[in-house]
Amino acid sequence: MEKVILIRYGEIHLKGLNRPYFEKKLLENIKKSLRHIPDVKVVRAQGRFYVENYADEAAVIDALTRVFGIVSISPAYKVEKDFEVMTEYSKKIIEKFLTGFNKGVLTFKVESRRADKHFPMNSMEISRQLGASLLRQFPRLKVDVHEPELTLNVEVREFCYLYHEVIPCAGGMPVGTNGKAALLLSGGIDSPVAGWMIAKRGVKLTAVHYHSFPYTSDRSKEKVIELARILTRYTGSMRLHVVPFTRIQQELYEKCPDQQLTILMRRFMMKIAEKIARKEKASALVTGESIGQVASQTIESLVVTNDAVSMPVFRPLIGFDKLDIMNLAQTIGTYETSILPYEDCCTIFTPKHPVTQPRLNKILESEALVDGNILIKEALENIELIEL
Amino acid sequence: MKEIYLDNAATTPVIPQVVEAVTDCLKNDYGNPSSMHRLGIRAEKRIKDAKRHVADLLKTEPEEIIFTSGGTEANNMALLGTAYSRMRRGKHCITTAIEHPSVLQAFAHLENQGFEVTYLPVDADGVISLDDLHKSIREDTILVSVMHVNNETGSIQPIREIGVMLANRPRKPVFHVDAIQSAGKLPVYPSQWGIDLLSVSGHKIHAPKGIGALYIRSGVRIQPILFGGNQQDGLRSGTENISGIVGMGEGAKWIARQLHENSDYLRKLKYTIVEKVKQALPDAVFNGNIDNGAPHILNIGFPGLKGEVLLHALEEEGVYVSSGSACSSRDRKLSHVLKAMGVDDRVLEGSIRVSVSYLTTEEEIEEFIPRLVRAVKRIERFTRR
Repeated sequence: MEKVILIRYGEIHLKGLNRPYFEKKLLENIKKSLRHIPDVKVVRAQGRFYVENYADEAAVIDALTRVFGIVSISPAYKVEKDFEVMTEYSKKIIEKFLTGFNKGVLTFKVESRRADKHFPMNSMEISRQLGASLLRQFPRLKVDVHEPELTLNVEVREFCYLYHEVIPCAGGMPVGTNGKAALLLSGGIDSPVAGWMIAKRGVKLTAVHYHSFPYTSDRSKEKVIELARILTRYTGSMRLHVVPFTRIQQELYEKCPDQQLTILMRRFMMKIAEKIARKEKASALVTGESIGQVASQTIESLVVTNDAVSMPVFRPLIGFDKLDIMNLAQTIGTYETSILPYEDCCTIFTPKHPVTQPRLNKILESEALVDGNILIKEALENIELIEL
Repeated sequence: MKEIYLDNAATTPVIPQVVEAVTDCLKNDYGNPSSMHRLGIRAEKRIKDAKRHVADLLKTEPEEIIFTSGGTEANNMALLGTAYSRMRRGKHCITTAIEHPSVLQAFAHLENQGFEVTYLPVDADGVISLDDLHKSIREDTILVSVMHVNNETGSIQPIREIGVMLANRPRKPVFHVDAIQSAGKLPVYPSQWGIDLLSVSGHKIHAPKGIGALYIRSGVRIQPILFGGNQQDGLRSGTENISGIVGMGEGAKWIARQLHENSDYLRKLKYTIVEKVKQALPDAVFNGNIDNGAPHILNIGFPGLKGEVLLHALEEEGVYVSSGSACSSRDRKLSHVLKAMGVDDRVLEGSIRVSVSYLTTEEEIEEFIPRLVRAVKRIERFTRR
C-alpha cells in the first residue's frame, strides 16, 4: 500500500493537439509547486497525475489547491489489485472516517470503476461485494445510493485506488499555456486580484510597480513585494519591476493643471508598463480597474487612460463590486497585506477635485507640457528588478 | 555617504562594551539563575552585578530593582500592579494627556475595569500645572503617574515638586514616574525625590531591546502581573533574561558615567542644531520649550510640509529621524502629544523629532544641517496647493 494524491484536470480544454502541451505545462507547474516537498514524485497516467512519495500530506494538498489547471484532487490509497487487500484498506478508510463522525448512522455507497478489464470482477460486482463486506464489519453503516454521506471510490487501473474525498481546486488553465501579460501592481486590494484572475487563465505575469520615494516609504515597497510573493504561490516565479515615479509626479505637478494630475499620471503608468511589457515579451497589460470605483475609473477616464497605449488592456474586475473584490482577495490571501496602512504620502499629488469626465484633447495638451519621452526613458533606466 | 543617526529617542545603538558583555554572558553564563548548582549561582551573581549598576544610575538600593521585558512591561506592571493592590482604598488615578501609549493604554484598561482616571492637560510647552494636579487629588486617589521626559517633544515635568506635594498628603497616593526617556540623560533619583515606582528601558541606554527595569521603593507593595515560578521575589515570574540584564547593567554603568562627566554635551549638541536651523530655515517652528526641555530631544515643525515625507527625504540623505505624524491618506495619525500642546495642525503635520545621544558627534551635527536644508528645499517645492 502507498498513499498517493490523485490529480484531475479539466478535460474540456483538452481537445486535439493542445492536449500534450497543456499536460506538459501542468506537470511542470505541479512539480514546481511541490519543490519544497523532499523526494516527492509526480507521475502521469491515463488523463491524470499522481503525487507519490511524500510525508506531509497537508503540505502537498495545500500546494496543489493553488496550481491553476487542476480541477480537483483526492488523497487515495494505492493498493494491489487483490480483492482481499482492497477490502482491508476500504475498512481502514471507513474506520478512520467514523472516528471523526459524531452522528450514529453513516450512509454510504461504493462506486467502482474498472479500467483494467482483466480484473476478474466487474464494477457492479466490486461495489456489491465490497459494500456487503463493509456492512458486516460496521453496524453504523447504512447504504444510500442517492445521497450518501460518504462515497467510497474504487478505481481498478494499473493499481487499485481507494478514496472518499474530492477536494475542489482552483481550476483554470496551467500558467504559461496562454502567453504573458504585464500586471500594474499597486499596494491596494484590486490589482493583485486582477493579476490572479488573468493568471488563472493560463497567462504568465510580469509585474510593474510605481514607487514614489520619499512620498511613499520603503515599507510600502516591501508591502508590494509581499503581495507579488503571495501571487507567485499561484503563478510560479515572477519578475517585479519597481519603477521610480517621483520625477514624473513632480514634473506633472509643476507644469500641469491640478485636477488632471491623476489621469496624466495613469497615462504615464500605462505607457511605461507597455514598454516594460514589450521588453519582457508580454503582449497585454492587466489592471485592477473597475468602472466608477474612483474618479480615474469612470468610463471617460478609462477611455483616456486606454488611449495611452496600443496594447490590449485586460481589466478582469471591470464589472465587480468592491465587496466582491475584497472577498476574492481574502480567498487568494492578499487581503491582509493589501490593507496594511503604509501607502501613499503623496496626497500632495492627488488633486482635491479630480476630473471625472476628462476630454482626450485637453489631456493631450497638458501632457505636451512635460517632456514625456525623457521622463519615461529616465524611469525605465532606473528600474529596480526583483526576481520572485 | 556617511549615515547620521538622529533617532535616539526611538532607540540607541548598542555600545561595544554591551555587545561584549552580552556575548560573554550568552557563551559562558548560560545557567538558569534558579538552578541549585554552581552555574545557577554564577548566573544569579551576574544579575546582582547588573542590578547594582542600574541602582547606581538611579542612586537606589539594588534590592529595589526588578527586571522586566522592557519599558512597556515596567509601566504596565507599575500601574496595574498598584491599582490592583490598592483598589480597596480607592479607584481614582491621575496621569497626563501626553504619556506614552504603554501608560495610556494601561489606564484605558483600568478604566474598563471600573477605575476612574484623570488626564491632566499640558500647556503650550507640554508641561502640566502643579495646581491642576493639586486640585485633582481626591480622598480616593491611589495612584499618580507622570512621565519625566516626553518622548516626542522632550518636555520635562516637575517631578521633584510633585514628589514633595504628594509626600505631604495624609493618604499618600503611589507615585509612578516613566523615566524611560530621561534615565541617563538627566538626573533622576527616585529615593530622594519621593518617587515610589520608576520605569527604565534598556534599549534607550545603549543596551539591547527586550529588557527594562522597574524601581520599586522598598516598602511599597504592588501585585505582580505575571504568574509562575516566583522569580525576582515573586514580583516578576519568568526565567530571567540574563544576557539582556547583563547588557542593561553595562549600559547603565556606561551612561551613568556619561551623565556624570559629560552632562552638558547633549544640551550643547541640541543648541547647535537649534541655532543653525534658525539661521538656515527661519520658517521652522520649535515645538515645546527649548530651554526647559530635555537635552537630547528636539521637535521641529515645518509648516506646510509633511513630516513623513521630510523623514523619507532625510532618509535619502542618509539621516534618520522620526515624524510626529504618519501620513496615510486613509487615517491621519497625528501626535496626541503635539495636539495636547495645542500645536497648529499645519505645524503638527510637518513636524519631525530629532534626538541625539552621547555617541552623536559634533561633526555629525555640522553635516546634518546642510542635509536637512537640502531635504526641506527639495520637498517644499511640492507642497499641497
